[in-house]
Amino acid sequence: MILVNSVLTGAVLTGLPTATPSTFETPDVNWAALSPMLIVMGAGLIGMLFEAFLPRGRRHSAQVILAAAGIVVAFVALVVLAVDNRTVTMGGSVVIDGMSLFLIGALLLFGLLGVLTFAEKFGDDRPDAFTPMGASVPGSSYEAAVARAGLATSEVFPLALISLSGMMMFVSAGDLITMFVALEVLSLPLYVLVGLARRRRLLSQEASLKYFLLGAFASAFFLFGAALLYGYAGTTDLAGIAAAIGSPPPGMEPLLIPAILLVLVGLLFKVGAVPFHSWTPDAYQGAPTPVTGFMAAATKAAAFGAMLRFLYVGVESARWDYRYGVAAIAVLTMVVGAVVSVSQTDVKRLLAYSSVAHAGFILVGVLAFSTLGLRGVLFYALAYGLTTIAAFAVVSTVRQNDSEATNLSQWAGLGQRHPVVAGTFAFLLLAFTGIPLTSGFTAKFAAFAPAVESGTLGTVLVVIGVLASAVTAFVYVRIIVLMYFSDTPTDGVTVAEASPLTTAAIAVGTAATLILGVIPGPVLELAERASELLR
Amino acid sequence: MTEFPWLTALIVLPLVGAAVVWALPGAARRRAREVALGFALVEVGLLVAAFTQFDVAQAWRHQLLETRPWIPQLGVSYAVGVDGLGLLLIALSVLLVPLVLLAAWREQGDDHGRARHYAALILVTAAFMVAVFAARDVFFFYLLFEAMLIPVYFLIGSFGGAHRRYAAIKFLLFSLLGGLIMLVAVIALYFVGPGGSDGFLVSSLTGLDIDASTEKWLFVGFFIAFAIKAPMWPVHTWLPDAASAAKPATAVLLVGVLDKVGTYGMIRFCLQLFPEASAWATPVVITLAVISILYGAMLAIAQTDFMRLIAFTSVSHFGFIVLGIFAMTSVGGGGAALYMVNHGFSTAALFLIVGMLIYRNYGSQQIGDFGGWQRITPGVAGVFLVACLSALSLPGLSTFVSEFLVFVGTYQRYPVAALVALPAVVLASIYALWMYKRSMTGPRPDLGRFVPDLSLREKVVVAPLIIALLGLGFFPKLALDVIDPAVQQTLTHVDVEDVSAPQATSGSER
Repeated sequence: MILVNSVLTGAVLTGLPTATPSTFETPDVNWAALSPMLIVMGAGLIGMLFEAFLPRGRRHSAQVILAAAGIVVAFVALVVLAVDNRTVTMGGSVVIDGMSLFLIGALLLFGLLGVLTFAEKFGDDRPDAFTPMGASVPGSSYEAAVARAGLATSEVFPLALISLSGMMMFVSAGDLITMFVALEVLSLPLYVLVGLARRRRLLSQEASLKYFLLGAFASAFFLFGAALLYGYAGTTDLAGIAAAIGSPPPGMEPLLIPAILLVLVGLLFKVGAVPFHSWTPDAYQGAPTPVTGFMAAATKAAAFGAMLRFLYVGVESARWDYRYGVAAIAVLTMVVGAVVSVSQTDVKRLLAYSSVAHAGFILVGVLAFSTLGLRGVLFYALAYGLTTIAAFAVVSTVRQNDSEATNLSQWAGLGQRHPVVAGTFAFLLLAFTGIPLTSGFTAKFAAFAPAVESGTLGTVLVVIGVLASAVTAFVYVRIIVLMYFSDTPTDGVTVAEASPLTTAAIAVGTAATLILGVIPGPVLELAERASELLR
Repeated sequence: MTEFPWLTALIVLPLVGAAVVWALPGAARRRAREVALGFALVEVGLLVAAFTQFDVAQAWRHQLLETRPWIPQLGVSYAVGVDGLGLLLIALSVLLVPLVLLAAWREQGDDHGRARHYAALILVTAAFMVAVFAARDVFFFYLLFEAMLIPVYFLIGSFGGAHRRYAAIKFLLFSLLGGLIMLVAVIALYFVGPGGSDGFLVSSLTGLDIDASTEKWLFVGFFIAFAIKAPMWPVHTWLPDAASAAKPATAVLLVGVLDKVGTYGMIRFCLQLFPEASAWATPVVITLAVISILYGAMLAIAQTDFMRLIAFTSVSHFGFIVLGIFAMTSVGGGGAALYMVNHGFSTAALFLIVGMLIYRNYGSQQIGDFGGWQRITPGVAGVFLVACLSALSLPGLSTFVSEFLVFVGTYQRYPVAALVALPAVVLASIYALWMYKRSMTGPRPDLGRFVPDLSLREKVVVAPLIIALLGLGFFPKLALDVIDPAVQQTLTHVDVEDVSAPQATSGSER
């Protein structure tokens, strides 16, 4: 009775793997289903070869074209091939179902917009956001020489592609080992990317190190939890774990809850939930702004995808034992994210804390444990990601003395001098607030509604969620006040002439924010159809 | 459903107007005000045409209906339609817009860029006002309830006085907090309702058999939002700040129309959707209403700033409206509904005339900076006196009728509440007449400059308001014929036995 996950439709139970097979069987591989992942990873590997063999002068444009083309081709493969191949493949390691298809599509979109912002030069001869040489000591003569020599870190594009392929694997991982490998594949390139900022390099390197150390801890927690689950269930396969919870192995019960919580620590770290959020503000602030946007959008979507699969497929039937713990984390995340963002003076840190609060809102949807909850989380991840990438792209264009003006005081009076940029940013902030007719509202509604439906605990979470929203509203509205209602504009703050690439990223993100707010029907429909999990 | 979509046209036209005003090319921008006024007048024409399509004999029924699926995945429809009450409030909004535009003609001086933004924002607000009173879908209503904060926020924050930033944030946060609490109730309401792809329609949510404690929670969620919006004591504090920091034209829309969304919501949603919980909450609500009436009136007496004073009188008047609504008698309900319309005209007259005075006195809103102005601007003083008298509900002016009806209707069921609120009539005379005395009477002040009396433009602004106040004062039946059926329809949902004769013994009916 407990075994049947009645809420989740389309359940296809694969057989429990028996004990170590005596002969090796080649796993069945559905190449069509895997094609988007493979294309992105292949493009990343080709990009590395470009680094080695292409002359320096041509690398940048070659990498941009390769990365963009790779992502577009992967998206085409997704739509043409993978959609019709919903299946459990690679011996249960990779699951291509509605959820992973939706999230892979979202991730590819984020990746494309991210690549566009990565490529921004602002009229310079090299990418604006990235240091010419990540290995040079900040302030050293070597660094100066490198800059004179005209070097540029075009390897950010292959790094982003590898990370992206890891994320795509993360959302479709059907067992804990694959999930762990995907986690590392997505994380390691990000650690490097975070440390490559061109300006304020010490801050960037510090952010990278922090992110790396804490990330390593989180990975270790995840691995420990996975090991305990293996001890409990005798398998790392999520469907197998679900079956084991249905008929608990004798003497192993005490392992289950600690194991689940340890795995969750690893996942909650990636989404930036309190108390595992301490890397977020530093990494968001220190990272090159385009990387921050990409990371905020894509990592969050990928991590929530993995969390959904782990919770809904793997350990759903034990949810009565841990849901209060996760609910407590959701409450903490919403409250701390909202309250701490009030005192921020740096735009990037502020958006970092706001992303923490949003992670809490999404967790409320996750805890609904229903198909509608799944739909809400998917929609939220997509809507939030698009808005976030656009917001960080706008941040990267506002400048003083040739570096980004991230201090809030520098944004005063921007509305009078640069009405279009300020207007766009104000609109994105209203979406973060969750004002109706923006995607933020639809997303919040889609995530909160199933939570209310799920019962008293969900309703309490939603009430806390809306109160936290009111607090965050103050934060965003304050920025609008600064930009529009301030009489004295700060001198010397200008908006850099963005190339069509960044402009396109901002335009797509903003348009999506509007469309998902006014006519969200089709995308909600898509998310609803994607709300099925194979196992 | 093949007929002309009147309400959609009324909603879309101001939005088109705003877009046109914003898109005006360089040289034409100096004509932004004329263009905006043109759109506002066409809107009035459209309203008149819509009125002819409305069957007054069946004013209890929602008419001019349009229903289309909008977000079926969330159960949301685009559903508009009006009964008598909704139509009158839409009429109030639409009529005030051109007056407000005209009154604000010179406010931005020669800064055509700002004048353009101002006019466009007012048109956007107008579209939201029409839509919110026409919405027949709870989600759609909620959406407008929240989204309309944004243009008003910019109207206060960009164009207001010294404390505009503080006032704008306070306004937005108070309203947003109320709205977010309501959001939880809106979501929960869907799940107790029939659900499905049109599960948010008011008609499918009316008359539900809701579990008693759930219904109480839902009522509270909606009521808090409406009480903040209305605004009632003790969540009224944003209104004086917002009204005094805003331009008079903004204040008219804010207090005269937008706040009506709160009281309208109480009738349309609290009473209609949660009848049992409304009856349960009545003692508390009536107490709060009586406190608002007396507290608002007393604080109004103590104000030294014109705009704050008017804002506090509105707190008092909104207390009357809520009192009439929750008395749950047809007389009280009809009075409250009429009060909503009359208060709109009365407040508009007060704010706009005070705005003319402020403009003539270089932006000072302090009553103490005036005195004896009756001798230099007799015309302004005359219409100001009429406006003041309407604030104290002088017989012959429309506000008297509605206040009287509210008292009678309340006394039928809650004689104690009616008696306790009665001194507000005296307090109203004090604040209104004393305001007039301080600013207008006395020796002729030596300003050392020429101060013009009412210009033609100002006469055009004031005349319709005074005509409305007098007209509805002598012929309230015009409005009551449209309102009463709608109110009675609501009361049948509440299923409270109406009190027609003085037979009720207090507190014993349940």
